[in-house]
Amino acid sequence: MADALLQIEGLSKRFGGIVATDDVTLSIPKGELHAIIGPNGAGKTTLIAQLTGQLAPDQGHVRFAGEDITAVPTWQRSLIGIARSFQITSLLLDLSVIDNVSLAVQAHAGHSFQFWRNARKDAALTEPAMAALARVGLAGRAGEVASALSHGEHRQLELAMAIAGRPRMLLLDEPMAGMGPDESARMVALLRELKKEYTILLIEHDMEAVFALADRISVLVYGRVIATGKPEDIRANAEVRQAYLGDDGTGSGHHD
Amino acid sequence: MTGLFTVRNAVVVVLLVALALLPVYSAVTGDRFMLTLFTRIVILSMAAVSLNLILGYGGMMSFGHAAYLGVGGYAVGMLAHEGVVSGWVQWPVALAASALFALVIGALSLRTRGVYFIMITLSFAQMAYYVVAGIARYGGDDGLTIYKRSDFSGLIDMNSKTQFYYLCLVLLYASIYLVWRLVNSRFGMVIQGARSNDNRMRAVGFPTYRYKLVCFVIAGTMCGLSGALLANNTDFVSPAVMYWTRSGDLIIMVVLGGMGSLFGPVFGTVALLVLEETLSGITEFWQIILGPLLLLVVLFARGGIDGLLSKVGRG
Repeated sequence: MADALLQIEGLSKRFGGIVATDDVTLSIPKGELHAIIGPNGAGKTTLIAQLTGQLAPDQGHVRFAGEDITAVPTWQRSLIGIARSFQITSLLLDLSVIDNVSLAVQAHAGHSFQFWRNARKDAALTEPAMAALARVGLAGRAGEVASALSHGEHRQLELAMAIAGRPRMLLLDEPMAGMGPDESARMVALLRELKKEYTILLIEHDMEAVFALADRISVLVYGRVIATGKPEDIRANAEVRQAYLGDDGTGSGHHD
Repeated sequence: MTGLFTVRNAVVVVLLVALALLPVYSAVTGDRFMLTLFTRIVILSMAAVSLNLILGYGGMMSFGHAAYLGVGGYAVGMLAHEGVVSGWVQWPVALAASALFALVIGALSLRTRGVYFIMITLSFAQMAYYVVAGIARYGGDDGLTIYKRSDFSGLIDMNSKTQFYYLCLVLLYASIYLVWRLVNSRFGMVIQGARSNDNRMRAVGFPTYRYKLVCFVIAGTMCGLSGALLANNTDFVSPAVMYWTRSGDLIIMVVLGGMGSLFGPVFGTVALLVLEETLSGITEFWQIILGPLLLLVVLFARGGIDGLLSKVGRG
């Protein structure tokens, strides 16, 4: 517990009568890939929004590297090393691919009140950006307008933006949403690479991917964590199987 | 986009050179009216360039941009009225007042978005309009005549039409250069990123509000300078320069010329004012012709004149 990178303590959030996050306590040590699964409406996105600061919890605390960041605004959380990718692709669609990633680099390169030098010719921005693009396999599309990319490429670009700022932790909100089998497989391979370097909190519907990648899994149902454990324990957990996986036990029963 | 020798760039060069040679044409043909018209065009182009910085590049739909024309103009007018005619005093005051005005409006309006942002900028401009219209000492509704133009210790003769035209033109070109540097800098990338997706920019680590505010102030200041020029050009300033329809005119110039393009606002201003001049010579109901024309541009040429020229270049 002491060396947890991300520590969630008694987090609660309600919207009117609906308890979206119900006393969630989780501890994610450095280097772990921790997956959160749960049926639609289980409150996964609400939970991640509180971790990124877009929603303020009603109760509880979020600690990152030992510091209480519950009240830290979104943009500062990014600067202390928490990067996120969005469930619904959120990019700067009318800018180029390289501009998207360069801006992610720039966000971590001190303030941007620099009014004169051409940022697109600034190697301090473009080189790390190109490296991040190469990492996710998009180096060849750097000059394109972001809106011209396919859905799968958008997800890759999201990931490139997330790692461009050299974060300490990645919050990935359904990186495989809407992907075909080929794209999913490529994304799994990519995440397997990234997990060597980053602590990752992964929210994902694709069970095959989750069980292939995760060190530990937490199951969220109606805002509550009903189980946390290694993939094989989760697969064997009766309560989880009943609530979520379906009873066939293959772990691939859920689809959107 | 690729290469320097495109139709659009050719048109830009022709336009810039033509504007620079206009006083020569005017002197040779004795056509003073052209010079008068184009002095006005050059000054308002600068206002449109400044609006384009926040509207085109920053996505900030300000509906009160003409307010700075008034603030800059009245700074010159009021000081002249009080006997301070030195341009070295008047113009810095005009710039500072516009910057301050923009800072206040921006600080409040940039916390909102969409229709609310439009309404707040609009209401501040209208407030400024009514405040000035109510100050009897400075002419109130009737406006304020400026009996002596800004005096720059003999460095430049503001009463010479040609010299004044060139001053305006140099300042226009300087402001275009400034916008070019700005939008390609780190600062400008943040501004354009915020236009594209403000939430994403904050998630990635930018406190976008303060960047947008600085951009808003730069644009307001630039427009204030344009206002100081306008007051000198007409020897007169009245509340009408900040009326909301004038802010609308500025938006039309930017949209007509092409939002978010460097020279678009100049295209737009030239097109709008020349059309206005020509059409109003044909019929007093010239707006009936201008209206549908603008509609066509908005419906079929989203990139405005600049966008059309770029398309022509691609064949």
